[in-house]
Order: sequence, then C-alpha cells, then structure tokens
Amino acid sequence: MMLDAARLRADFPLLERQEHGRRLVYLDNAATTQKPEAVLSAIADYYRTTNANVHRGAYALAIRATEAYEAARAKLAAFVNAWAPEGVVFTRGTTESINLVAGSYGRAHVGRGDTVVVTAMDHHSNLVPWQILCQERGATLRMVEITEDGRIDLSDFGTALERRPKLVAFPYVSNALGTVNPVAQLAKLAHAVGAVVVVDGAQSTPHLRVDVQALDCDFYALSGHKMLGPMGSGALVAKPELLEAMPPYHGGGEMISRVFDDHSTYNKIPHKFEAGTPNVEAAVGLAAAIGYLEKIGLERIAEHEQALAQAAIEQLTQIDGVTVYGPRGHRAGVVSFTYGDIHPHDIATILDQDGVCIRAGHHCTQPLMRRLNVPATARASFYLYNELGDVAALAGSLVKAGALFGYVPA
Amino acid sequence: MDTSPPEPRLSALYQELILDHYRRPRNKGALEGATHSVSLNNPLCGDEIDLQLRVDADVIRDVRFIGRGCSISQASASMMTQLLKDRTVPQALTLAARMSAMMQGDESAAKDKSLGDLRALAGVSKFPVRIKCALLPWNALTDAVKP
Repeated sequence: MMLDAARLRADFPLLERQEHGRRLVYLDNAATTQKPEAVLSAIADYYRTTNANVHRGAYALAIRATEAYEAARAKLAAFVNAWAPEGVVFTRGTTESINLVAGSYGRAHVGRGDTVVVTAMDHHSNLVPWQILCQERGATLRMVEITEDGRIDLSDFGTALERRPKLVAFPYVSNALGTVNPVAQLAKLAHAVGAVVVVDGAQSTPHLRVDVQALDCDFYALSGHKMLGPMGSGALVAKPELLEAMPPYHGGGEMISRVFDDHSTYNKIPHKFEAGTPNVEAAVGLAAAIGYLEKIGLERIAEHEQALAQAAIEQLTQIDGVTVYGPRGHRAGVVSFTYGDIHPHDIATILDQDGVCIRAGHHCTQPLMRRLNVPATARASFYLYNELGDVAALAGSLVKAGALFGYVPA
Repeated sequence: MDTSPPEPRLSALYQELILDHYRRPRNKGALEGATHSVSLNNPLCGDEIDLQLRVDADVIRDVRFIGRGCSISQASASMMTQLLKDRTVPQALTLAARMSAMMQGDESAAKDKSLGDLRALAGVSKFPVRIKCALLPWNALTDAVKP
C-alpha cells in the first residue's frame, strides 16, 4: 500500500513552495532530501535550549548537550542495529566515513602487493579513497564488473576474491542504477577469503530497513542528509573490536586521553575518532529524522518507493526513445534514463521549467557511465513525500522535452 | 497530459539554429597538423571538448573540435569554429570576450553581428547554470592560444 504522500508533504515546509509558478516536484532525493518540520525544530530547539560544548563542561547545560549528543548516537545505533553505540562514529557523512576507514584501517592493514576490491557501480566516494590508498601503499585496486542489467557480476566478484584482498568495498544500493546488492551474500564470500567488508550505505539507510549485524559487514557508512537529516550529519558504523585496534584518523581535542610533549594516548572509541568539537546540531537533527522515519516505518517507505519506481519505469519506457538503466523487478526508487540524443542536461533544464527537479550528469559514477556507454544520464529518485502524480509530471514534462527537440524516434 | 506550448524562455534557449549545430556540428573531428590543442571538461556535468587549432604567424588558419555534451556546449563549439578561421589570435580573444559579455546578459553583445550564429545562444544568459556549458569551448580557445 502506498503512503499518503500529500499528507506527509505538509510536514516539509520547502515542498510547499512553488518553482517557476508550479508545484515543486522534487525528484532528486538520491542527491539530498528535504527536511521535515520535526528536524528543523529539533535543530532550532537544540540551539535555543541545550547548546554547549559536549564532553567538556561540568555544568548542567553542558551535561544536557552531551546527553543529547549521546542519545542521538544511541538512536542511530538502534536504527541500523549497530554492534554497540560505541561502534557508531559521527562523521560529516558517507564520504568522510569511508575516508576514515581508508585513512586509518586501510593504512594500517593494506601494504605493497595487497589488493583492495571495489565495484564498477561504486560512487566516487567509495572509489577515490581506495585509489589514493592503493597508490600510496603500492597496492592493487581491482574493480569488479557489472552485468548487462546493472548488478554486480558475481562470477567476476569470485575471480577478484581469488586475489585474497585485504578489503572489499561495495554499495548496498547503487545511486545511479537503483540496484539493491545482496550484501550478506557478498560479505560472506569476502570474509571467507579473509577480507574486511566496507559497505556504502548512503542510498540504503534512508530507504529500507538496515540491520548491519544481519548483513555482517565490518564497516557501514551512511549520510544523514539523504534521510531527512541535516547536511553534514552522518556516521561510520563499525565492529567495535576493529575500531579499538585502529590508529586515530584526525588528531586534536576530544580524541586524546593523555597528551605528553612528544606523544599522546588516545580516548576510547568512538571518541578516538571524533577529534575536535563535533557537529552536535547535526547529530540531534539526524536523531529527529530517525524518529520521523520510524514513525512511518522503513518497510512501508520501501514499499511506497518500489511502487513509484515501477510506475516511473512503466511510463518512461512507453515514451519512444527513452532508455531506462538498471535492473527491472526488485530495485530501489532510483530511475536513471536517457532520451534519444537529447542530452540529460538539456532534459533537466526543460523539466525544471515545469518545477520538476531531477539530476543530470554522471552521478559521481564515471566508471559506471563508461560501462553504460553514455556520458551522463538523467535520474529521478523518489522518497516518501513523492506520489504517482509526480511520476506523471515527470513523464509529461519529458514528452514536452521531446517535442521541443523535435525528437523523432529512429 | 500537459500540451501547453513550451514557455518562451525555453523556446528562446533551444532555438532551431542551436539544435541544428548540435545535430550537425560544423568542423567536428581531428585536425591534421594542429599547432595548438587543449582538452577541457566540465567535471560537474561531464561536457567535454578537445579543441585543435593550426596557427601560423598569429593567424588561426584552421580549427576543429572533438567533443560530447549538451546541446549548448556542442552548438557553441560548432558555431565558434565557424567564426575563428582566418582570424588573428587577438581578434579571436576579442570574440571570446564578447561571448563572455553576452553570457553575462550584455544586450549590446547579443546584437553584435561579429558573433554570427552565436547570437542564438543569448538566451543562455537567463539560465545561470548553463552559462558554463556555452563558455566551455571558449575557455578551451583562451587556454589554447594564451602565450
């Protein structure tokens, strides 16, 4: 059953706005999501009633700020069924989380001649940090191919594992294709050859029920702003014993235990990885976002988005000249497409005039675009506040783009 | 379905002439005996251009481009190559400055006959995120001929 998206939209002040005199049809949720009043007011309330530096002050206000920050950590830990709250390190988002793993775990464990495995559908944020690490350590980066219909090629994945990689990284959900990868299965295979598993959870955490223990990955990175939370919120969720053994990532205040003239000892996890004053506002806002999502239920959100994606695929593929990428059947609410020789940027500009916001470009997945043999795609991505009318607006506006470009099907 | 005519700013942006240059680009392909070449891309959106020039005694004798991207960037490249042949390098740089002025909304530049077909791109100035598309080939030109 679909959600009552119109009623939910009333919770989002920005979605009440008009764009070019039309109702805003926001279909760029894989890039970032809009924020409900509950999140906006949680951030404002934090500054109005609770703000102080955390883990430092001895006064009541500072204690309340610390409690709010740690309560947010506990809430996020429960949300993804983390191994323990201390296995949740707050970061600026998925990108920083993956850089933390590469910069700390990676530098400690990946050496000359070792292999790191990634996939051809990884976002640049789960690729470039590994490129940098491998270049620095003299290690080999092995990219696993994808199948025609946009899934990880399991036979190539198996071949890559024969190199006995130190680390295997892949996304739970592809931001460009909407593919939902079989994380538990991939993690099991990787563990069997002794690799640690890093999962990019940027596109999964907002849209489906995540249980990191059931997935049995080792590191799981997520972004708050893609799940109704504030920009600059996010976390690395990790097995605590791995974090314990890892060297620090950033040095500074908060992450230390004792500081001598020439060396220091470090704080316990997760604080060892949270140098400096953290973004408490972001953590508090993220906790409010989780509260909002839990109230609706991730299962219902996933079902709603499935319905929107299926409707979009059906309506778009009926337009002569439109190609939709990625798997059919089970997939997330991300629909990438091209339309004849009309460049995705031109499509996005034309749709914008109808108040329809989509993304056009390479979606930070240039290796994937090369494999699809396109320089760019247009992408519509859905969330809980989108409805079937938004899909119709997308399709209608696309027909207009075709007319404007005099598109004649081959 | 919405069958209302496209709004005027869009029709002004996607003029027939622009679509014609996009679909039938002039001077596209590699240039034999190029003396100058520059590849530029727009990392944000992926538009690409590889501009090749044959310059002799400060005169652009020939110019061709290889590229892919949106209609605006590719039409701009095609139109630019039409204008540059047999211009001196300073003349070419003057044209680049006029083009840039037109993108900033300078109406005198939009009426400047020296810009030839490029005047069809004047509507781009109303779409700030697309200005970089129109200027990509011109930035390649400036990079290529700078001393």
